[in-house]
Amino acid sequence: MRDILKALVEIVGERGVSNTPEELWFYSRDPGVLTPHLPDYVVAPRTTEEVQKIVLLANREKIPVVPMGNGMSLTGLVIPLKGGIVLDMKRMNKILEVNAMARYAVVEGGTSQGVLKAYLQEHHPQLRHSIPDAPPTTTIAANAALHGQGRLTQQYGFNSEMVTGLEVVLPTGEICLIGSPSLGPYWFSRGPTMPDLSALFLGWLGTTGIITKIGMRLYPNKKIRDVELFVTDRVDLIPHILYKLTHLEILEDVNVWFQPKPLVFKGNYHITLYFTGDTEEEITFKRRMIWDTLQEYMDSKDGGFMSVQYMKDMLMEMPQRGIADFADVPKGGGFEYSGPITIIEHFPQYAAKVVELAAKYDVLYASSARLISGGHCMMFSISFAFNRNDPAMMTRVKHALDEATAFALEMGGIPWKPNFMEQKMTMEKMDPNALKLLQMIKKNLDPQGIMNPGNWEVNP
Amino acid sequence: MYALKWKEKICATCPSADCLLKCQYMSFAGHDEAHGEMMKVIRGEDSRVLHECATCYACEEYCKRGNHPFYLISERREEKGLFTAPRPITNQWINMTQMQGKCMAGAVKDKALSCCFIPDLGILGQGEIFKDVAPAAVFGAEYMCPAVHTHFARMSVIKERLPKVIENFVKLGAKEVICLHDECYGTFTAIADAYGIDVPFKPVYYMDFLLSRMKEMKDRITPLGIKVAYQRPCSNRLIPDKYPLVREILDLIGVEIPDRVYQGENCLCCGEILRSVSGYKLADDVQERNLNDMVASGASYCVFNCPACQSSLSEKVAKKGLKPVHIIDLCKMAIGEKEREVK
Repeated sequence: MRDILKALVEIVGERGVSNTPEELWFYSRDPGVLTPHLPDYVVAPRTTEEVQKIVLLANREKIPVVPMGNGMSLTGLVIPLKGGIVLDMKRMNKILEVNAMARYAVVEGGTSQGVLKAYLQEHHPQLRHSIPDAPPTTTIAANAALHGQGRLTQQYGFNSEMVTGLEVVLPTGEICLIGSPSLGPYWFSRGPTMPDLSALFLGWLGTTGIITKIGMRLYPNKKIRDVELFVTDRVDLIPHILYKLTHLEILEDVNVWFQPKPLVFKGNYHITLYFTGDTEEEITFKRRMIWDTLQEYMDSKDGGFMSVQYMKDMLMEMPQRGIADFADVPKGGGFEYSGPITIIEHFPQYAAKVVELAAKYDVLYASSARLISGGHCMMFSISFAFNRNDPAMMTRVKHALDEATAFALEMGGIPWKPNFMEQKMTMEKMDPNALKLLQMIKKNLDPQGIMNPGNWEVNP
Repeated sequence: MYALKWKEKICATCPSADCLLKCQYMSFAGHDEAHGEMMKVIRGEDSRVLHECATCYACEEYCKRGNHPFYLISERREEKGLFTAPRPITNQWINMTQMQGKCMAGAVKDKALSCCFIPDLGILGQGEIFKDVAPAAVFGAEYMCPAVHTHFARMSVIKERLPKVIENFVKLGAKEVICLHDECYGTFTAIADAYGIDVPFKPVYYMDFLLSRMKEMKDRITPLGIKVAYQRPCSNRLIPDKYPLVREILDLIGVEIPDRVYQGENCLCCGEILRSVSGYKLADDVQERNLNDMVASGASYCVFNCPACQSSLSEKVAKKGLKPVHIIDLCKMAIGEKEREVK
């Protein structure tokens, strides 16, 4: 053990390694309900070469390596299930390039969403990236690696679909460039027209390599953003309303949400509609298109637009901090969610399931769905709040979430950022040959099984 | 349950039918048509009035014969199960204004300062002007006048909640309730009277209080020397005798209200309720006419009385180059308590 610590110190320096109990305690858990597990070391590299040396050492010593961004997945994806090294990437936080004309940015693997947002605001105010509704300290690479979503997902797809190139350290230590950067200096394409090798690292939750650099698409940052809030009490209408809205092709982001508290929200389904423009005329035009397309629901009195003035500041925040407010309703500040990806026409069934589970397990719910790629699918979050000082409540939430995942799989959905047990449930339902392919790829890339072990394993 | 005090004969013999003929949101060919439609409403028959009324409250002011056309229209709508706004919006208002025991009450002795259920009023009701009554401020659904539900034709909610609100004030020992929201004063006077609901305390309209305080502090006033447009709120239609107070207060602090088309009895709704009830087309049209009229009058400020109007129109008047301000803040500017933003 002492030799390994010494070797790690030699790679990253004394300030980049720790095995003190208080630090290991923090790196043994995330804010969700999963049981913590201690790592043996925490290492914070500063360069790709340091990452490479750590991986080579881990290979030689057969030590697990768990790459970590900010550790905010809530589903225990960076809990070191089998100990080993937690590789904290946050010191690799440089913005390496912004190509304004080609609209992409290249950043190091530990760069946070907030750092890129601030950089773009200062240096390229005409550009933006798809920022998720997560704390700004969450990292761009981790978000892409777990197929995260953001403010531009409704228009352009999962944030992982916005990747324009990768630099990865393979589980066997090779440094590998993926996409156009493998051929030249430009980071404009992750694969096309070559085979898309980025797929070997996106969605694998750190089990196939460590992303040390990532290229991400940037998008026009319009001068004006605005929001409307449509409400209906008929859940059966939601898929039809969303279909009509996405037909407009003018919406930046669409979120559908419902929650029993506070009372102003009780009994209704809320559709938050964001739209942008460079002039007041453009905004007015878009607002009228939105209202016109939903006029039939106003005429039938089944739905209407509520005033957003008093909550506009909260709705316009990026990221939206208010999204986690309900965690404090039962006190104790905890919440976790299952966020399956599913088709929009299943919204009513998922909505009914949320209410059913909350009643069954006596927990408070909130639910929010984000449209993806113009309505091809949505992420439906089934969120439950809990008191961190109430183990019984945390257990009830865990059971409710397990049941939510089972339901999503029954409905043909895909669990998003699944914890290790949900991964197992997913693999059990997966086409056997697809599972075989998955295992084959994983084994070939990581023959020693050192990368984030316990994840994407049939028998974790 | 309380019932609306209504005299059919007054309407049946009405020579003017002003309640509908003066309406800014519905058109009638003349007296006979307007009178005929109102009589249908009275008889409980279907009338286009029940489907087209925008709930601006104005007919309460247009009727000079002491009847209550707007309350009657709202009663009939509810009897027929009609919704003015979409059902989810209607229920949202009913839910959000439920009493939940989350109210706040200061040290009420004889007087209470009612902030209704509007946080902004708690801020406005502070400072030198309100120094003697601010400690007795009350806020929350328990003290909220339920008049807003008239917009949604849910008079049953008013009849159920208003007696409880009154009882809550009585429990505090309030003998006088200074109402910072027109709607509260209008409810405790006009609506309560129309339904025969006893109000065992004295409602005080805040503009009466404001005028009196500004007279007391006259030597501290520096005339503001500005021209303003005044956005009269819908609930002021319930208490039209109080409308002249605006000009008296503004005169006292050296503020001019130039004549414009949409003021006084001809004022226009802020548009927020119209948006819910009728959609954006009517709301946009009304707001545009109103704001252009304000600009044309030469006003540099838009003065609000109701925080809901202020919330609805502030951004829009600012985009037209006018400064939005509440009349209380304007008074605070005149006594130097708030920064003068005149230049």
